[in-house]
Amino acid sequence: MRAYRTFKTAMRALRRNVMRAGLTTLGIVIGVAAVIAMMEIGNGSALAIQHTIATMGAYNLMVFPGNALMGGISTGTGGSMRLSPQDADAILTDCPSVTAAAPVVYARAQAIYNNLNWQPGSLLGTTPAFLEVRDWGDMAQGSSFTDRDVRNCSKVCVIGKTIVKMLFQDEPPVGKEIRLMNVNFKVVGVLKAKGANMMGSDQDDIILAPWTTIKYRVSAVSSTAATTAAATTTSVLPSQVYPPAPASLYSTPSSTQQADTPQPVRFANVNQIVVSARSAGEVQQAIEEITALLRERHHIRPNMPEDFTIRDMTEMVRTMSSTTELMTTLLLIVAAISLVVGGVGIMNIMLVSVTERTREIGLRMAVGAQSGDILHQFLMEAIVLCLIGGAIGIALGRATSVLVRLIKHWPTAVSVGAIIVAVAVSALVGVLFGFYPAWKASRLDPIDALRYE
Amino acid sequence: MELLELREVCKTYHLGELDLQVLKGVSLSVAKGELVALMGASGSGKSTLMNILGCLDRLSSGEYWLDGQEVSDASANERARLRNRLIGFVFQSFNLLARTSALDNVSMPLTYGTEFVSEDEMKARAVEMLRKVGLADRMHHQPSQLSGGQQQRVAIARSLINRPRLLLADEPTGNLDSRTSEEILQMFRDLNEKEGLTVILVTHDPEVARHAKRTIRIRDGLIAGGPEIKREEIQK
Repeated sequence: MRAYRTFKTAMRALRRNVMRAGLTTLGIVIGVAAVIAMMEIGNGSALAIQHTIATMGAYNLMVFPGNALMGGISTGTGGSMRLSPQDADAILTDCPSVTAAAPVVYARAQAIYNNLNWQPGSLLGTTPAFLEVRDWGDMAQGSSFTDRDVRNCSKVCVIGKTIVKMLFQDEPPVGKEIRLMNVNFKVVGVLKAKGANMMGSDQDDIILAPWTTIKYRVSAVSSTAATTAAATTTSVLPSQVYPPAPASLYSTPSSTQQADTPQPVRFANVNQIVVSARSAGEVQQAIEEITALLRERHHIRPNMPEDFTIRDMTEMVRTMSSTTELMTTLLLIVAAISLVVGGVGIMNIMLVSVTERTREIGLRMAVGAQSGDILHQFLMEAIVLCLIGGAIGIALGRATSVLVRLIKHWPTAVSVGAIIVAVAVSALVGVLFGFYPAWKASRLDPIDALRYE
Repeated sequence: MELLELREVCKTYHLGELDLQVLKGVSLSVAKGELVALMGASGSGKSTLMNILGCLDRLSSGEYWLDGQEVSDASANERARLRNRLIGFVFQSFNLLARTSALDNVSMPLTYGTEFVSEDEMKARAVEMLRKVGLADRMHHQPSQLSGGQQQRVAIARSLINRPRLLLADEPTGNLDSRTSEEILQMFRDLNEKEGLTVILVTHDPEVARHAKRTIRIRDGLIAGGPEIKREEIQK
C-alpha cells in the first residue's frame, strides 16, 4: 500500500514536469536502445560469421580407416578396410550430435572431354549427403546426383568450376559426357565456386560421383590392373608367400585372362567418412558418439586400439569460438559504457531536481513526510524514469535493428537475453544513480528547505 | 485546558566556534481554542520559536508539552508524525506544489499519514476542505491559475485536511494585499470561533496581531510584555 502510494506520488511528480522527465531519461533511452540494437546486429553478425566459418568446414569430422598391422608392418592410416558405407548410415541415425554423414571413396583418373583432358585434383565417390556435410547444397547449374544413382551405380557426376573451365571452356557442361578411365559419366550438375581452402588447394578442382560407380566401375579397373592394397591383402598374398599352394579346384586364370575379364572383388570398404556435427560445441560430443558406435559396430574389445581415426578441425573451431567471444565482449563493453553514461545523466538531473525542489521537500516534510518517505519517493522517481526509459529504449533498439535489416540487409537476430538484461540494468541504474540524490533529499532539514530560495 | 506549554525553553545554534543563543528560557502556554499572535522583530527569535512550536526543530533545553505529551526528546521521524497528526502549517509564500491541482495539493498530507486513507476518501476530504475555504469551484485549477488569496486559501485547506489541533500560520498575509489579508485573517477567526481550532499567527505586523485575542511578544529570545499568565506564575 505504502509502495503504491509512493509510486503514485512519484508519477504525479514526474507528470508535473514531463519535458524534464523526458530529457532525464533520454540517456537511458539511448543507452538501452544502443544495447539492444548492438546486441541484435552483433548477434546477427556473429551468426553470419559462424555460418561463414561453418561453410569452411569447421563442424566437420573425418573418419579414416585406421592402421592395419600385418606381420609387424604398419600400413599407416587408411590401411584397414573395415570402414563401410553402412557405418556412415549408422553414424547418421545413431549419433544425435550429427546432422549429416557421407562415405567417400578416392580415385585417381584422367578426365577427358572431346579433345581436352585434365587430371582432376580430387575424384571422389560419395553420396549426395557429402554436399550437405560440406555446406555445398546450392548448385551453380543442374542438380546433384541422387541416392538412387548411388544404389544403381549410375554413371553420373557433378563437377567443380575448375573442371568446367579446363574441359568445357565456354560450353555449358550439364548433359555432356566426360570420360574417366574409359567410363562415360554424364555431367548432371556444376558446383558453386568455393575457392581455395585454408591450405591453398583448389576446392573447385573436383569431380563427385556416386561412390558405387567410382568404386566398382573406376577404382576396380585400376585396382585389378595395378594390384592395390585391397587386392593384395585378401587372396593373392598367402598363395605367393607359402608355395606350393594346395591344389585348387578351379584353374587359376592367367594374367592375360585376368586383364581381359576383370572380376573385381566387391569390397565395400570406403576410404573416409565425412561427418557434420550439429554445432561447434557439439563437435567433441559427436567424436565420442562416433567412437562408441564404431567400436561396437567393428566389435573392438575394450582396451584394444580402434581400427579407425577421427579428425576434427580444431584450429577452425578455436578461431570460431574466439571470434564469437571477441564479438560478445566488445558488445558488452560498449553496452556497459552507454548505460553508465545514461545513469550518470539521470543522477545529474536528479541532483538538479532535488536542489530545485528543495522547498517542495521542505513542505512535504513539514506536513509529515519522514525522511524515509522522501528517500523512497525520489528513488521511485529514478527507477520509474529508468524503467520507462528502458522500455522506450527497447522499442527504439528493436526498431533500429529492424531498420538496419531492411535498409542495409545486415543480418540481425532477436536477443531475448539482451532485453532482459537491459530491463534489469536500467532498473539497477535507477537504484544506483538515483540513490545519492534521493539520499541527499531525505537528509534535508525541513526548516532550511522551507526557507530555501 | 492547555494545548501546548513551553517551560524554560532554550535554543542554541552552534555556528562553528560561535555559540548563538537564540531562545534564552521561553515559557508560555496556549490553551485549546485560543487565537494567539506571536509578534517580534526580525532576529528576535520569533522564527526559531515557531519552528519549535511546529515540531520542526528540537530544543536545546527545557520542556515542550504538546497535547499532553512531552515532545522535546522526539526523534525526527516522531516529530514528522506529530506534525502530520497535530499541526497544520500555513506559510507566507503558500508553498503549493506547482502544476498540481488544488485538489491534489490539499490531499497531499494524507499520503504521509500513519493510517491508510483510500483514494476516494482522500478526494472526498479534500473537496470538503476546499468547500470550507470557499474554493469548491476551483478544485482542478493549478496554483498558477489562482490569485494570491485563493492560493493561500488552498494552503489553509491543506493545513486543515488532517484535522489538526494547532494551526501555525507564519506571516500568512505577508504576500497579500490588505483587502485579501483581511479575508484570510477573517477566515482564521472563523475557524477559531466556529470550530474551536487553536491558531497561532506569527507576524511582525500589528495590524495582523490586532485580530488575535492575545499577543505574545518576543524580544531578544525572551517573552516581553503582553498578558503572559504563565510567566508571571513562574516569577512567583
